[in-house]
Amino acid sequence: MTQKRTNKTVPIPMPEARPFWEGCKKRQLLLPYCPHCQDYFWYPRPFCPRCFRWQVEWRQASGRGTLYTYAIQYRALNPEWAEDVPYVTAVVELEEGVRLFTLLVDCEPQPDKIRIGMPVEVVFEDLSEEVTIPRFRPVREEKR
Amino acid sequence: MTLYRKAAIVGVAESDEIGVVPDKSALQLHAEAARNALEDAGIDKSEVDAIFTAGLGIMDSVLIAEYLGITPRYSDSTQVGGASFEFHVQHAAAAIAAGICNVALITHGQVNYSDRQRPWRRTRRWTYADPWLPASQFEGPHGAGTAPSVYAMAAMRHMYQYGTTQEQLAEIAVATRKWAQLNPKALMRDPLTIEDVLNSPYIAYPLHLYDCCLVTDAGGACVVVSPERARDCRKPPVWLLGAGESHTHISIYSMPDLTKTPAEIAAPLAYKMAGLGPQDMDVVEIYDSFTYTVLVCLEDLGFCKKGEGGAFVSGQRTAPGGDFPLNTSGGGLSYTHPGMFGMFLIIEAVRQLRGECGPRQVPGAKTALICGVGGVLSSAGVLILGRD
Ligand SMILES: [Zn+2]
Repeated sequence: MTQKRTNKTVPIPMPEARPFWEGCKKRQLLLPYCPHCQDYFWYPRPFCPRCFRWQVEWRQASGRGTLYTYAIQYRALNPEWAEDVPYVTAVVELEEGVRLFTLLVDCEPQPDKIRIGMPVEVVFEDLSEEVTIPRFRPVREEKR
Repeated sequence: MTLYRKAAIVGVAESDEIGVVPDKSALQLHAEAARNALEDAGIDKSEVDAIFTAGLGIMDSVLIAEYLGITPRYSDSTQVGGASFEFHVQHAAAAIAAGICNVALITHGQVNYSDRQRPWRRTRRWTYADPWLPASQFEGPHGAGTAPSVYAMAAMRHMYQYGTTQEQLAEIAVATRKWAQLNPKALMRDPLTIEDVLNSPYIAYPLHLYDCCLVTDAGGACVVVSPERARDCRKPPVWLLGAGESHTHISIYSMPDLTKTPAEIAAPLAYKMAGLGPQDMDVVEIYDSFTYTVLVCLEDLGFCKKGEGGAFVSGQRTAPGGDFPLNTSGGGLSYTHPGMFGMFLIIEAVRQLRGECGPRQVPGAKTALICGVGGVLSSAGVLILGRD
């Protein structure tokens, strides 16, 4: 039994998503890429959902993107999140073109502190010894 | 061949009680609504040869058929969220047109309000129900997945892209409440102002409490029959003129465009089948899980251009006395919303076309458009109904 570092339910990686989760452990954001379509897709599957070719490459993403949308959550998803409200959930659009759902961290849950289109970057949170999850935070240099 | 006038809705009803019903099971609400809808149609249960339902969690139509004592020759548990019952109507019409069945019974029943008071009925959030689902890997661990948590994110994108405001969303809640005040069956009938909406607590910013639908207990049912059978019912038939359905995603990270819903795909199919357009609709019932759902669907249904939904609903245009009668029952926002509201859109549209709505009746309504929406703006089922 491994040590949990969070009060949240720790994801159990799906087999087809293991390279993604293994990457997170190494602080790398790996995305599935279809060499035929020459484009990324999200979320991980053993095939490309556009062309249905079963040939997927894993490529390291820059970890940078922009805030596509967000909401400030005043009701906890479940009791695990009760002490976190209000918190900010977001969809980020990565430089590679795919959109990920994420928790926006290092950011006050105030509408005037959050701007759609603002640059964000990945940060990794260890949920247990085995599972690390990518979150996103505003890029600080933006204020210059 | 299309389904134009190939089937008619001849019976609609709620369960005996709706709103807060602490002492009845969801199954009983299905059965009460089924009995009432069959009585409304003047059809005996023994004639039912097709069963459609969703929302019970496992083998839905099999369970309901057993509970009601029906052995069908056509069975459909299509589960696409709150729009399931709009999908069921199209599927029933297709099965009737193909000659597989003649009398289709579609039922609904949920006790989501009272279940909140029953610890033994509470289930864990669906994002964690099976760890090997994409949402359990890529959404739930980030603290979201409930309807308000995600609809708020879609509304936010629309506000950013088109300048839609919280005041415009509030217009919908206020107009819908005015309709509810005309419906004795509506749960929420106290006056509501735009200020009340904007001063109510946030559930998920930018959505306030009054931007969100109710959680109630309720059942509903409708009876769909062949044109031949429709001739011999208690009330005049309400014809299916057009239908369309689609879905685009189950989680918001797979949503192709956060400012568009699958109604954009379903509506043209329904209009084409009916040979009608948005300008021909006398009364419109759009699934109001949230005020935003209504606003974005008005655009996707072609009542205004993309991005103009906010302006469209301004000035209480959709309220009683306005020029666009919308959600005339009081909707999921103020009438009832047991978890899946789709059945109640059908019930209200049929009653409007029959002229049964008393003080909230839209005078002379001949055509109605229904837009069911399920999941997180995931599915849309559009029906166009008309009377002779
Ligand atoms: Zn491909």
